[in-house]
Amino acid sequence: MTSPDPKSTAAPAPKPVPAFPKPEITELNRPYWDALEQGHLVVQHCAAGHAWLPARRHCPTCLADAAGWRRASGRGRLVSWVVYHTAYHEAFAARLPYNVALVELEEGPRLITNIVDANDALRGDAPVVLCVEREEGQALARFRLGAATSR
Amino acid sequence: MSLRGRYVIAGVGHTAFGKLPGSDTVSLNVEACRGALADARVDKSVVDAVFVKVPTSAHQFMFGQKVAEALGIAPRMGGAWDQGGAANVTLISFAIMAIEAGQCEVALICYADNPRSGSRAVYGRPRGDDAAYGWLSTAAGYAMIHRRHVIEHGTRPEHFGAVALACRRHGAGNPNAQLRSPLTMDAYLSSPWVVDPLRRDDCALVSDGAAALVVMSAKRARELGVPQPVPVLGFGHGQTSFELPQRPTLTSTEAARAARTAFEMAGVGPKDVDVAQLYDCFTITVLMTLEDYGFCAKGQSGPFVADGAIEFGGALPVNTSGGLLSETGMPGLQLIIEGVRQMRGTARLQVPGAGVCLVSNQGGTMHTHGTLILGN
Repeated sequence: MTSPDPKSTAAPAPKPVPAFPKPEITELNRPYWDALEQGHLVVQHCAAGHAWLPARRHCPTCLADAAGWRRASGRGRLVSWVVYHTAYHEAFAARLPYNVALVELEEGPRLITNIVDANDALRGDAPVVLCVEREEGQALARFRLGAATSR
Repeated sequence: MSLRGRYVIAGVGHTAFGKLPGSDTVSLNVEACRGALADARVDKSVVDAVFVKVPTSAHQFMFGQKVAEALGIAPRMGGAWDQGGAANVTLISFAIMAIEAGQCEVALICYADNPRSGSRAVYGRPRGDDAAYGWLSTAAGYAMIHRRHVIEHGTRPEHFGAVALACRRHGAGNPNAQLRSPLTMDAYLSSPWVVDPLRRDDCALVSDGAAALVVMSAKRARELGVPQPVPVLGFGHGQTSFELPQRPTLTSTEAARAARTAFEMAGVGPKDVDVAQLYDCFTITVLMTLEDYGFCAKGQSGPFVADGAIEFGGALPVNTSGGLLSETGMPGLQLIIEGVRQMRGTARLQVPGAGVCLVSNQGGTMHTHGTLILGN
């Protein structure tokens, strides 16, 4: 190419915020992320009814082939959480201090997430409810403190 | 026939700890192995197995073979094992079982890494797709466990601090320790958050260095004239999930299963232990290991350590050379070496009359656990 790049004479752009580490979407886990796009959370299951996350080809309980995905209630409890004061990835530097939480779903599987409430409002075993949020177009399964679970 | 006491750690060696610019993991391993062979007073020609723990910060293809080559040894058995910090006890166990099975006679076991002068990226690594939620680093996994222990048992900051204070006190006088400044509770409580609830002083050091030891049968050690062999009384192992959400509980470790096997082999129990070297990558690890080993009831490790029980002079001195919080952040082999010194009676903070030393090693985020019981 010999034509000059029209951008080459422009003033330097401000340093962009680094892209956050997006999940790697594969044939295997696509139903999970597609469901989040639609606003709900799904868990994978086998014919015997065992439920799990994240996506696998085989049930980690009985080793049967995965049979499909089913919609979860979106309710769970806050098992534990941490608050980052160190950014191990530049994309999170502007969010400090931010929380990462471990939530147990009513259906049994546990997952890593964020609680959208203030860090100092978090309490162990607090009920939480799904709250899908988008990050650079990617739907993420976040949670908010919410009503008591049904069990 | 029980293996109890029939195998020994014949020699131990290590390099300097801390920041070692220009070091490489192969030559660090060689330096530590040279020291261990000299300590055992045996020539490398008797070694026919080389078991290496992979460098945490820089995995390499066929690393065990590279180390053996640099040692000028063509072993019958060897290779590198990837299991995090518990690999040290696993490799000692494998060596003993291989010798018992007639597959080799004298094994070198070694580890080296240089994350302090090299790359420490592995400690801040993204944790799979969950990195989308900001879930990165080794420390955060332990912070998650630490918080759950607080939720379930009311463990107080001062309890975690007591672990840090003990290790820092013990390391302060150790001339080879990387961090030789004792810690006060006020300083601990005001140390900055890394990942809340982890403070800086809850976290292991990041260190360059290497350590090695020589394993052989007690009989072979007598034949070779090894001056200070330390008998292995028992060992045991346990492993759980790789990812934290995949395990049913955060507040029990695999120490319980590992210790059951090790105590049974050794024919001793927690009350017989005179001194312990407990893997202290983070203070929570020591507290939960004390509980799962049966030194106190579940959830009671906080009060157990609060009165100085784990300090030198206490009921159960722990990490008498400073551990990962003070001596070196190396994942665990230094704890076994200090156990050997205690059983030889040559430790700097020697527990008088100590006859049984318990060593815990664990890896990843409490994924793997190894228990080693030494005698004299």
